[in-house]
Amino acid sequence: MDIIIIGSGPAGVSAALYAKRAGADVTVITRGSGALAKAEKIENYYGLAEPVTGAELEANGIAGAKRLGVSFIEDEVVGLAMNEDFTGLVVQTPGRACEAKAVVLTAGSTRLAPKIPGLKELEGKGVSYCAICDAFFYRQKTVAVLGEGDYALHEAEILLPHAGKVMLFTNGKEPAVKIPDTIEVHKEKIIAVEAENANGMERVSGLRTEDGAVTPVQGLFVALGTAGSVDLARKIGAATDNNRIVVDGEMATNVPGLYAAGDCTGGLLQVVKAAYEGAVAGLAAAKYVRSRK
Amino acid sequence: MAVTVVNKENFKNEVLKADKPVLVDFWATWCGPCRMMAPVVETIAEEHPELKVCKVDIDENPELAQLFNVMSIPTLAAFKDGQLTGTAIGYQPKENVLKLFA
Repeated sequence: MDIIIIGSGPAGVSAALYAKRAGADVTVITRGSGALAKAEKIENYYGLAEPVTGAELEANGIAGAKRLGVSFIEDEVVGLAMNEDFTGLVVQTPGRACEAKAVVLTAGSTRLAPKIPGLKELEGKGVSYCAICDAFFYRQKTVAVLGEGDYALHEAEILLPHAGKVMLFTNGKEPAVKIPDTIEVHKEKIIAVEAENANGMERVSGLRTEDGAVTPVQGLFVALGTAGSVDLARKIGAATDNNRIVVDGEMATNVPGLYAAGDCTGGLLQVVKAAYEGAVAGLAAAKYVRSRK
Repeated sequence: MAVTVVNKENFKNEVLKADKPVLVDFWATWCGPCRMMAPVVETIAEEHPELKVCKVDIDENPELAQLFNVMSIPTLAAFKDGQLTGTAIGYQPKENVLKLFA
């Protein structure tokens, strides 16, 4: 595949339109409606004689892109990595891995991590946001994944061959997917990440839950809900800053072939800004793909 | 200056006994963000002769990772006078890495 676009909001669809018209083969992977569909009335976008609903604008955008020959796949993206020889990018969904020459991240902004005492403080000291990067450090150890859906299950499955024991903590939620018997499920809410002292430095020692119990764990992998643009950017090594992806004037990240557009790059959370950035990213991605042929 | 490859044998001499502040990049070949970090670390080595820049392959030297509680990679660690003075985790642009020595 030439270009995979993750997300089907105004940034993703604009990127798809411009890349397709520039001659690239374009596939959009989307898990359905995003922030735009929740907007009741939009009247500040160019060319609207009467206000429209966000859902209508979004549906029209997707219909227009399909008319031009853009393919849409409804699926959840759970991972993003470089391929074996670092010449392309691999987009991972629960069922399969798709390789592309370029990827445009337009999956919106990520909600912030829950305010569990210790979670932020212990980042890199047992709290991780990337199973594939850090599984190595937890060989034969007991680890927990914080989350409840396909994304959490994907992270847990990466950890299973390395860790001694993998648990899933849903933090008060019901699991949204079937969890295999090899993963122990805990539904209690976590009230604190506990730490111990090792070599004069703090590191994760357990999870304190609302029932007062402390479950000993050496690692906690955060994978709540679905993987957002910033989560995916971090896994591949794209620069991020305060929950936004850092891009240049062509919407390129520091990872060759990886672009980002829309809410995930920060600034105005507006359709007009997302559409502009999508157009720039789509053109730049198409140009990048041509240069690689 | 070039990046010095250090391991468990020469870590003490190259890092802890160095006559200037040392940046150590803990990395592994299979880690995507580490690959992105490598050119940044090389640029710092070239542009900042006042620093010594080293890298440790944690696959080959798990003891060193354990000694400094490295549990996420890439970890960029700053050492001054034989002491670990700060770390940054995940891909970091050059400015963020240099802040460890400010």
